[in-house]
Amino acid sequence: MTTLFIFLVFPGFLFTAFAGMMASWLERKITARLQWRVGPPWYQSFADTVKLLSKETLIPRGAVETVFLAAPLIGFSGVILSSSILGAVNLDPQRGFVGDLIVLLYLLMLPSLSLLIGGAASRNTLAALGVSREMKLMIAYELPFVLAVLTPVVRSGGIITLGGLVIFQQAHGGFLWSPSGALAFIVALLAVHAKLGWAPFDIAEAETEINSGPLIEYSGSLLAVFRLTRMMLLIVAPLFIITIFAGAGFRGWGMAWSVLQYLIVMVALILVKNTNPRVRIDQALRFFWRPVLVLAAAAMALACIGY
Amino acid sequence: MGRGMGIRTWALRKSLWVFHLSTGSCNNCDIEIIDCLTPRYDVERFGITLVGSIRHADVLLVTGSVNRRVAPKIRMLYEMAPRPCIVVACGTCACGQHMFKGSYHTSEPLDAHVPVAVYIPGCPPKPEAFISGIVQAAGQMGSLRTRV
Ligand code: SF4
Repeated sequence: MTTLFIFLVFPGFLFTAFAGMMASWLERKITARLQWRVGPPWYQSFADTVKLLSKETLIPRGAVETVFLAAPLIGFSGVILSSSILGAVNLDPQRGFVGDLIVLLYLLMLPSLSLLIGGAASRNTLAALGVSREMKLMIAYELPFVLAVLTPVVRSGGIITLGGLVIFQQAHGGFLWSPSGALAFIVALLAVHAKLGWAPFDIAEAETEINSGPLIEYSGSLLAVFRLTRMMLLIVAPLFIITIFAGAGFRGWGMAWSVLQYLIVMVALILVKNTNPRVRIDQALRFFWRPVLVLAAAAMALACIGY
Repeated sequence: MGRGMGIRTWALRKSLWVFHLSTGSCNNCDIEIIDCLTPRYDVERFGITLVGSIRHADVLLVTGSVNRRVAPKIRMLYEMAPRPCIVVACGTCACGQHMFKGSYHTSEPLDAHVPVAVYIPGCPPKPEAFISGIVQAAGQMGSLRTRV
């Protein structure tokens, strides 16, 4: 019963969906303010979702129907599971299981993967283009991301549970304040930025170029699920790196501190999003495989010798 | 907001996604549409955004005088949109072919191809006229549900 509650209500589906809608509104509002506009009202994401749910859902002729229908659910389940695990561990660091960090790494890949599968199943040239770009982008950022996430594990002497990392940091201070942790944090931030598909890494969905890429054929409730996944990822992905690099937990003052850290990270990401034009896919690949990978490797090396 | 309006109608009116289709316009109407997104008018305040795919659209915003090549595509695009979807004719060209009426390259007027819900005349219409037209379209949203 409690497990079901964790998955469906708090901190799983319902809570994260609501928080994600607010985060997505925050993103749009800050973007608007940066451009001297007023921006949408706070209930905008909610209205968008309800509207999409009430609209007709079309399946394009020639699409692989089952895959087309199942794809959004794959990413959605991934983000629900990861938000549940992450929230539960932050609330009570004793929870969790050995290797939940690695499970989360995989779960966080599911939203991008569902985009690949859905786009490829929709039989649209522009979607196929978007899929190929998304795939390359994943290949680009996943390697530095994994290295960055493993840096705290090495630094803490091999603690591979999320809860263990939180407890370690509550005792010894966040990894963020050590040289290796700071470097790895920057790498993780960049990877999360690409994971969220924000400019300058919105290559796969390039609105003005390939008309939202993999999502081009999706309509109605299927699109709503995709968008909800994206909004929930806005909560889960930054929270994940905050947990492993700063690890304040959700107890007492830790809650306020975590929320503050989350807001700082979000605003930083939004500022980067609004001040950088889209790069080409080859530029993104080069960026992640050269400077960022070197940074991640340096962080790993520093962690290995104990800095 | 009328009384007894359901949450679906409310959501439809608060979140209009517009797909912009040019059927041979002179590009002037199109520029005025982009004006609506600028800080002075900022239609995102009302939840209106431009989308890149017709599958995401609630409003099909048509500019231009409907030339022969594009005429069959309009019907196709309209059929591809998920219902409810409303067609708005922007500019005198889209409303009634303007000075291109009877020209060698124009086909029938827009409303001979698809049902048009709102006409916004002007050459080009002012951004205020666009916003007023979209608001009218929003008003009709609740009553449209089936395929026409
Ligand atoms: S109505 Fe006027 S401004 Fe608009 S497309 Fe026609 S000629 Fe151009």
